[in-house]
Amino acid sequence: MESRADIRKTYKLFIGGAFPRSESGRSYKVDDSKGAFLANAALASRKDARDAVLAARSAQPKWWDATAYNRGQILYRVAEMIEGRRGQFEDDVVSAEGVSRRKAASAVDAAIDRWVWYAGWADKIAQVLGSSNPVAGPYFNFSMPEPTGVVAAVAPQDSSLLGLVSVVAPIIVGGNTVIVVASQNRPLPAVTLAEVLATSDVPGGVVNILTGDYAEISPWLASHADVNALDLTGVGDAGLAKQLAVDAAVNVKRVLPPPRKAPDWFDDPGLDRIRAFVETTTVWHPIGV
Amino acid sequence: MTFEYAPAPESRAVVDIAAHYGLFIDGQFTDPIDGGAFKTINPATEEVLAEISDAGSADVDRAVASARSAYKSTWSKMPGRERAKYLYRLARLIQERSRELAVLETLDNGKPIRESRDVDVPLAAAHFFYHAGWADKLEYAGLGPRPRAYGVAGQIIPWNFPLLMLAWKVAPALATGNTVVLKPAETTPLTALAFADICQQADLPPGVVNIVTGGPATGRLVSEHPDVDKVAFTGSTEVGKQIQRAVAGTGKGLTLELGGKAANIVFDDAPLDEAVEGIVNGIFFNQGHVCCAGSRLLVQESVADEVLDALKRRLTTLRLGDPMDKNTDIGAINSREQRERIDELVKSGDAEGADRWSSPCAIPEKGWWYPPTVFTGVTQAHRIAREEIFGPVLSVLTFRTPDEALEKANNSPYGLSAGIWTEKGSRILWMASRLRAGVVWANTFNRFDPASPFGGYKESGFGREGGRQGLAAYLKSGGH
Amino acid sequence: MNVALVDGVTASNSALRRFLHGLPGVDQVGADSRAAMLSTRSIKASAKEQAIDLAISMVDLTTLEGMDTPGKVRAMCAKALRPDPSSAGVPHVAAVCVYGDMAGIAREAVGDVLHVAAVATAFPSGRASLNVKLQDTRDAVLAGADEIDMVIDRGAFLAGRYLEVFEEIVAVKEACGSAHLKVIFETGELRTYDNVRRASWLAMLAGADFIKTSTGKVSPAATLPVTLILLEAVRDWHRQTGSLVGVKPAGGIRTAKDAIRYLVLVNETCGPTWLTPDLFRFGASTLLNDLLLQRQRMATGHYSGPDYVTID
Repeated sequence: MESRADIRKTYKLFIGGAFPRSESGRSYKVDDSKGAFLANAALASRKDARDAVLAARSAQPKWWDATAYNRGQILYRVAEMIEGRRGQFEDDVVSAEGVSRRKAASAVDAAIDRWVWYAGWADKIAQVLGSSNPVAGPYFNFSMPEPTGVVAAVAPQDSSLLGLVSVVAPIIVGGNTVIVVASQNRPLPAVTLAEVLATSDVPGGVVNILTGDYAEISPWLASHADVNALDLTGVGDAGLAKQLAVDAAVNVKRVLPPPRKAPDWFDDPGLDRIRAFVETTTVWHPIGV
Repeated sequence: MTFEYAPAPESRAVVDIAAHYGLFIDGQFTDPIDGGAFKTINPATEEVLAEISDAGSADVDRAVASARSAYKSTWSKMPGRERAKYLYRLARLIQERSRELAVLETLDNGKPIRESRDVDVPLAAAHFFYHAGWADKLEYAGLGPRPRAYGVAGQIIPWNFPLLMLAWKVAPALATGNTVVLKPAETTPLTALAFADICQQADLPPGVVNIVTGGPATGRLVSEHPDVDKVAFTGSTEVGKQIQRAVAGTGKGLTLELGGKAANIVFDDAPLDEAVEGIVNGIFFNQGHVCCAGSRLLVQESVADEVLDALKRRLTTLRLGDPMDKNTDIGAINSREQRERIDELVKSGDAEGADRWSSPCAIPEKGWWYPPTVFTGVTQAHRIAREEIFGPVLSVLTFRTPDEALEKANNSPYGLSAGIWTEKGSRILWMASRLRAGVVWANTFNRFDPASPFGGYKESGFGREGGRQGLAAYLKSGGH
Repeated sequence: MNVALVDGVTASNSALRRFLHGLPGVDQVGADSRAAMLSTRSIKASAKEQAIDLAISMVDLTTLEGMDTPGKVRAMCAKALRPDPSSAGVPHVAAVCVYGDMAGIAREAVGDVLHVAAVATAFPSGRASLNVKLQDTRDAVLAGADEIDMVIDRGAFLAGRYLEVFEEIVAVKEACGSAHLKVIFETGELRTYDNVRRASWLAMLAGADFIKTSTGKVSPAATLPVTLILLEAVRDWHRQTGSLVGVKPAGGIRTAKDAIRYLVLVNETCGPTWLTPDLFRFGASTLLNDLLLQRQRMATGHYSGPDYVTID
């Protein structure tokens, strides 16, 4: 039988709903867990990061303006699309993380279920984190959670899909938009996820995915005055994490520091990650005839 | 020139109504043991749509046993995360089959296709979607760390929003881990039976949802069944009281969503054009077959003439007729009995001296209809100001001050909903905090959302449906 | 409202302000949902045929570009007179709408078959002295325009100088002579529906024959809810004064489906009295061709394509 040469995918960035190469023209070699060549991924530059912030900022008002019900349905649609391409995700996870097919399958299961979990939160965050406040006076007073705005995140380095999903979903469910730097050495599941997002009714710019050297890109994001919050989950180097947190003070960014010990991404996520990226707005209104 | 809209009927081709329907028990359609049946009729044409099984005592036993067994063996053991997926499937299937469900609803109920298409069906899907999200988050609902399901829920729903009321009942019950025996209304069973088919398409484990069709006797069998742990009823206050008596002392959980006589209060600083729309939507939506309908218009004297003139002009533009026509605003009255009840109350209004005005619209020859009707010169003493008419009949009263509006609004045994129209925010909040009503709409009316709790004060019932509070109807907190 | 009352409410800026701010407010969500509900009306078969021809007869076929030339205007006028040469029975449009310097060319081309509307008063911004605006108006009328589409001074309106806006409209109306005056609000700049309602009453008090949403140069231009507010205003004005004022949505109405939605809005807000080119117009350029395509579709039973309508 004649052998057929396969068509290989070009791995690119995901910015504003489009798939550009790095403006720098750079790429880097991505190997599988055994050191064999997998692909050349785009090596994002500071200008790519700048473009991604622009895209995230311009998408944010509309994303927040969508009804919570609508955001929930869109996130659920993402879960449907991952389920439909689970074979590819399993392949990606197996080669990226070097785990067994079974372990990869359970990571994909958990990633899908995580989207579904967060999708369900879209129209419940305000019901759980908001309140009406019995102030001592003739005022109606209520507090509601609102998105902080544009969030820059460094995805976990080890858990290439489940970890990434666990960082991205809670940021966007509340109406934020995100620029996420994928796992540096295991970026391919993130690119596949970008392809899912691009076909899931998620508006362009809500999620922007950069691949490359996070130590090179993240300082630009941490010091960017039009970024509102920083998620340092995937920053393993404590010195860098501290420097980024210092840089973040330039415009008083909210900072989610790296976890003290390596998280088990299969655990129940709880609400901390949603809470980290919401503001609380409180409204006073007089009560009277 | 005149601009006559040509008929724009929705096609019936999307539905395939069987001649006969069985009961839905343990995941299968099954004939009733004693073989009883009744007919369901299109109220706009008096055409018989299908023959429906009349569930007897043995059938209800079977349904409850099936729900019990499903609860024990699968549903109560399933993690919330997995239950959620079934609810998401149900939501998606309702969305996918929305056209079919809308047409079925309109044929069986008589409501305009515009409403079943734009309101009932999308909201039903939204209800499943919203509650699906709760299934794995119950510990966040504020009911204690480990809230528990009741077990088997017996649910009885009315004919005014057949599929939507099914969703209001079934979605929270399943999300919280209960299994269900549902009895749809005698005159509107078709969408519930279509929902049974949807449960099959969703591979919902057999017995989690059981649907028993029948009349009041079947309803009593469900609500009084000893192995039902929780009863949820939407319908008339009279039947609600019977159920409350029957359930008393049994230890069963109970929620009731009953009648209403809502005040829709228009102040002189209201946005008047929108207020007129709100009045129309408040009482003429779904032919007034709405328990929270704004059936008492309280209008401030200084704008009463202006509002009434505008209202009457607006009512003459309402289009009454074929419910399947996409341009119809007012459809058919659901049954002959309901038509007669409306008539009887309207006559009492005439007899008690109120002034009646009806929109001059042509009434079709077949079917049951009632023209949009407004009574002016109504006082609190009139029957039409106190009793629920459940039809397209508005009683208009006037007031001079906010206190007077409040007193009149609260002067009712009911307390389901109320409307306030004013551009003054502080007055909205002042009124809302003093109105004895479960839902207060300000500068809008008859809005529903799965995230928003719905239910009444006083004789309008107790318990809430929708929102975080609605979950409490199907969960025990685990406290003492 | 009689002359004395008009004089009373326009006696001073504060009197006019009190009057305009005493109009009932508009609830934005309610107005939007009313317009959205009416846009679900399904207009089929004979009603659609009737509506398409009516819509064609209500078009103010418009070209308002810096690159307009006599050739372009003449071509548009030919189209306005005979929108579809391949089909008999297609009505002509109501008017052609051009810049003032093209009014003479347009008049020559359409004779007395169509109205010639000229935009004036430093269209579209309205930023010029009153003298310039009045001269602009007089020139257009002299050149043959029998309809003047003026813009209000949005700056003055938003700053609360209502009387200034009122007096300017009165002056332009006088400069119009017998020409009909359409008053453009640029609702996209007024932003709130409350402002749109106040502007409507202000213009009617000042003698507008038509009130018009937009120049077409600012986004959003005409929308269904904004047009609903205008229609409610002319309806209520008629009830109070007995006089009839027309409404013209302009800009952004591109499809036959859009146009029919506007006709439904007119029908159910003001009633059939307003369903005439004398009281309702569409300011549009590309709308006409879509109406013609739909007309062909109704006549032939199959969808038509852009190669089967003329481009002018």
